[in-house]
Amino acid sequence: MIAYVLQRVVQAAAVVLVVAFVSFVLFNYVGDPVNNMVGQEATIADRAALRERLGLNDALVVQFARFVGNALRADFGISYQLQRPVATLLAERLPATLELVLVSAVLALAVGIPCGVYTGLRRETWAARMILTVSLVGVSLPTFVIGILLIYLFAVILGVLPSFGRGDVVAVGWWTTGFLTASGWKALILPSVTLCLYQLTLILRLVRAEMLEVLRTDYIKFARARGLPSRVIHFGHALRNTLVPVITITGLQVGSLIAFSIITETVFQWPGMGFLFIQAVQFADIPVIAAYLVLVAFFFVAINLAVDLLYFAVDPRLRAERRVAPGGA
Amino acid sequence: MLARGLHRALDSDLYHSFTRSPLTVAAAAVTALFFGGAALAPVLAPQDPFDPATLNLMDAFAPPAWTAKGSAQYLLGTDNQGRDVLSALLYGSRISLLVGFAAVGFSIVLGVGLGVLGGYLGGWLETVAMRLADVQLTVPGILVALMVDGIVRTALPGGLKEELAVYVLIFAIGISGWPQYARVTRGATLVEKNKEYVAAARIIGIHPVAIMVRHVLPNVMGPVLVLATIGLALAIISEATLSFLGVGVPPTTPSLGTLIRIGNNFLFSGEWWITLFPSGALVLLALSVNLLGDWLRDALNPKLR
Repeated sequence: MIAYVLQRVVQAAAVVLVVAFVSFVLFNYVGDPVNNMVGQEATIADRAALRERLGLNDALVVQFARFVGNALRADFGISYQLQRPVATLLAERLPATLELVLVSAVLALAVGIPCGVYTGLRRETWAARMILTVSLVGVSLPTFVIGILLIYLFAVILGVLPSFGRGDVVAVGWWTTGFLTASGWKALILPSVTLCLYQLTLILRLVRAEMLEVLRTDYIKFARARGLPSRVIHFGHALRNTLVPVITITGLQVGSLIAFSIITETVFQWPGMGFLFIQAVQFADIPVIAAYLVLVAFFFVAINLAVDLLYFAVDPRLRAERRVAPGGA
Repeated sequence: MLARGLHRALDSDLYHSFTRSPLTVAAAAVTALFFGGAALAPVLAPQDPFDPATLNLMDAFAPPAWTAKGSAQYLLGTDNQGRDVLSALLYGSRISLLVGFAAVGFSIVLGVGLGVLGGYLGGWLETVAMRLADVQLTVPGILVALMVDGIVRTALPGGLKEELAVYVLIFAIGISGWPQYARVTRGATLVEKNKEYVAAARIIGIHPVAIMVRHVLPNVMGPVLVLATIGLALAIISEATLSFLGVGVPPTTPSLGTLIRIGNNFLFSGEWWITLFPSGALVLLALSVNLLGDWLRDALNPKLR
């Protein structure tokens, strides 16, 4: 058990280090950091002094160690474009992204699971077929096209929902939230629907497939033979067993939500980290790009590690096997 | 010879399963329409959207022909520069398909190459390649493409950025797709490697490279074809997404995604056709290619017959 966890942690750390190295190379060798910091008037002596002060004359390993050390203290330097510390910029944008991702995830689960159960139980009804057909459209439309269509329908034609920004936000400490104002909620609707659609479809189809599978098993037949009411069979016995794969898929899909939030944020000009990253790429704002890369790598590795360990906690068979053969892969 | 080949093709299981599925036939027709339209764009398009001399700013924002203010000259209307939307669509599909095919080709060369080499030779190459693939598969493809695109764009000096944008895009999308091909071909290679024909080839002293290229490769390419079809749809969508975000092909050579991005600025002033027609074209193209891929997967799977 400990060997397995250690192995996974070491592997995760290696991935983050590799991404950090790419960021570091980008940071230090693309363009000239000194040129990006001083004006045209700086003399050669000034530049040399700055170069020495920034430690750019040190050995590569020393510089990389310093980069990692700074990253651990959330110090990613100053944005070229906005002339402000990158860490502050990211901290300002973090609440917007996390709130969007949270609402989308909740929406995907709250709509996806009931629809999946319904289409699994009442397979032949036209409503179930409707839901499945509509969900097919959800997977085949690219995220940004969904966003554009929703904006055209609800913001341009009907004019009922805002098409950009977060609405009014309230500051709670350093966290800004849109959950406390009506306009904040209104602004959340279109982006979160756009973002959740793909995940919703995935969860719906997964729950449906699992329900169909479980309903064929002997213990469900036995429960029916015992004369249990179908409500108990469907929700107490069948649904509970479908939820293990749903939990793991949902965990893994949080990463996808982060990825697709880049697109959704750009379509709706949502002031989150993804929008910041796209702007940084367009302006070649290297410190922001480097910081975002490291952050995303860290995030993905953390999610995968958590899901891996969750398997371990959820599936007793895994534990038993490892006890028999300790130190196995 | 040719007639016999044709006869055999028309009598095959593949052809029969194709004609039995109307949806697949429709998807194939739409895909063929796009390929034809893209290939013949210079002949078919009423206007050359890249030639500023043919653009007339007086014709800007003309709505589609069937609306009250539309003119028959511009079937699907014009954009902000007086560019005919239909012509832009034809040329745009051309770039979208070009990037899509090139990206998938790059993924296949990289993925199949590493898959066969790794599966046949084993050793550290296999370990490294498969670990890399495992790690990359935990990250959504579009995010990988975005990151690689972002890094390469930033690394290029300013002047080259526009010039090489299409190649950067192909590289980024290609990189995002290779692990699937590597996994599938490695698995198949491991199976083929232990078959008698490979042992026989080895015994009579054929060079390992020749065995891999001439004997193993043809036997592992079946599933690659299915992956490539679905991969093409994905690559087209990835290209459009990156171009829409403004980090793909430059506005001077607009792809479908770039056209949607340009049109998106005019959605609020009521000029819906500039963005909705390219969006529709993109969805139709991606959906058709996807349906073809689904059909191919089922048709080539002997378990489903």
